[in-house]
Amino acid sequence: MKLLTGNDLKTGFVTWWTGADWSIHIEDAADVGENGDAILAVEEAARRVNAPYIIAGEMTPDGPRPAHIKDRIRALGPTVRPDLTLKPADPTAGDWVI
Amino acid sequence: MYKYDEYDQAMVEARVAEFSDQVRRRLAGEITEDQFKPLRLMNGLYLQLHAYMLRVAVPYGTLDSRQMRMLAHIARTYDRDYGHFTTRQNIQYNWIKLEDAPAILADLASVEMHAIQTSGNCIRNISSDQWAGAAADEITDPRPWAELLRQWSSFHPEFSYLPRKFKIAVIAADEDRAAMRLHDIGIQIVEKDGQHGAAFYVGGGMGRTPMIAPLIKDFVPLDDLLSYTEACLRVYNRYGRRDNIYKARIKILIHELGADEYRRQVEEEFAHVKTLGIDPPRAEFDRIAAQFAPPPLDASAPDAVDRSDPDFAVWLDQNVAAHKVPGHAIINISLKPVGGIPGDASSAQIDLMADLAETYSHDELRVTHAQNIVLPHVRKADLYAIWQKLDEAGLATPNLDLISDIIACPGLDYCSLANARSIPVAQKIATRFADLGRQKELGELKLKISGCINACGHHHAGHIGILGVDRKGTENYQLLLGGSGAEDVSLGTITGPGFDEDGIVDAIERVTDKYLSERTEGERFVDTFRRVGMAPFKEAIYG
Repeated sequence: MKLLTGNDLKTGFVTWWTGADWSIHIEDAADVGENGDAILAVEEAARRVNAPYIIAGEMTPDGPRPAHIKDRIRALGPTVRPDLTLKPADPTAGDWVI
Repeated sequence: MYKYDEYDQAMVEARVAEFSDQVRRRLAGEITEDQFKPLRLMNGLYLQLHAYMLRVAVPYGTLDSRQMRMLAHIARTYDRDYGHFTTRQNIQYNWIKLEDAPAILADLASVEMHAIQTSGNCIRNISSDQWAGAAADEITDPRPWAELLRQWSSFHPEFSYLPRKFKIAVIAADEDRAAMRLHDIGIQIVEKDGQHGAAFYVGGGMGRTPMIAPLIKDFVPLDDLLSYTEACLRVYNRYGRRDNIYKARIKILIHELGADEYRRQVEEEFAHVKTLGIDPPRAEFDRIAAQFAPPPLDASAPDAVDRSDPDFAVWLDQNVAAHKVPGHAIINISLKPVGGIPGDASSAQIDLMADLAETYSHDELRVTHAQNIVLPHVRKADLYAIWQKLDEAGLATPNLDLISDIIACPGLDYCSLANARSIPVAQKIATRFADLGRQKELGELKLKISGCINACGHHHAGHIGILGVDRKGTENYQLLLGGSGAEDVSLGTITGPGFDEDGIVDAIERVTDKYLSERTEGERFVDTFRRVGMAPFKEAIYG
């Protein structure tokens, strides 16, 4: 699958294209198929996302998972500060990254 | 320390106003990211993995308690309650919102700080010896010269768009605590025939093509310091490779030209630059230097220290250095607790260090390129009280220059350029060698980790260096041995095939075990490596 990601313009937070909007949760990400470039152009022009790009991923039982570790770290947060990730209460969340 | 005059303050405030308007225009959609990116980078604002990252300049690593408290305030108010001290003696915040950036820069300007020239192809923050003004072995305080260079290089119209970024270090002691020869220009204030002058080393650096700067001129009269620096920059600006980012640093130019030809061109340029009158009158330098006057230290203060608390005594021996004035000492606060993140400090810790500086260290602190903090002017009689407060705050780890005093870049946990994580490796190594007795048995051992070839973690200069790479989508770690960023400068050599995250920790243990079996009396790790060479270590690592 292909995922569209970028950063929120105001906050800089990592965001994922859900098919209709942007979410900070990778679980909400949609497969953009071959439409990534077109969505990217429209969304960037509308300032709904900053520095967007398309990445490879796979659908897993837990939801979409980026193929590269860099994007998995972007999706969750720093592996060395679980308290600053999107799942601070889940001590095993980092396993998903590695 | 240097205080802004009206011109300094006006320049910084004008920049805050300018950038505030640029942010407003970006948020309003009046400019695109492509247009905005170079503007935000000129103000130290990057877009990193999780958010915007702001890098704040700490000139030559020196700051006062008011400025340190502002750094804590920014961490608490705009970030996630911590900051990361860097190998360029700066501080970075990892969770900045674009809409907050103007307020942060205004807060910084209110305490004579900014984030200008912490990015971009310009002259970056001038770095220096973290013990400047206090070190027993310096011939003078190098910071007035660093400040002169800071003023000269700030907004320098000719050098705002260099072929590539440019880093300068200034020291004034034979012991190099600033990795001076691994800078684009390394300046050492030296003495010759009773006069002080500057030795210029040009063309050093780390990154993908590490080089040790050759000596270009052994003695430049200090009245010519700016002219000679300008000549060095002009030759680079004229001939530096703008066509290839990987060959654009001055080290490549000097390597290709040869040091002799580069020197000849600099001398020719210097003869011209000297006619332009850019060197300030001595009175202006004296005005700057007066602001670095030594604090009023009482040389008759008690020299004896009560060592009856064994934990205090361990810290005293490891983290406290000799001061040039009797009865005083230099405290090195380790930001490397076992299992912690090298260089990180919470806002409460930053505030505490500011309080200690104000109460005990004549209001001065230093950031070190090894990502620690220094209280430079402390009475020995106050050491125990300070240690108790540091210990309560988790800031009394007695590991300066030991294997757990690791330099590590933010790596793939934060940095968009990184290929591998640095911090978890540092944590695992520090944990493996957590026993202080074991660390002290190993002695001085500088371990440095970078998460990519850009070498922000100075891996080339580590007695043991680690470089994280991406091998087919998996983190892999190369091991280097024999580097040094000190006066015995050298570049590390890769041992062989790399390791995974746990494998690199095991490999380092095999290396240190080999060192213990090979060393002779008084030899540091790097001395043993230089004497016996790579072969025995390689055999220990790979069998």
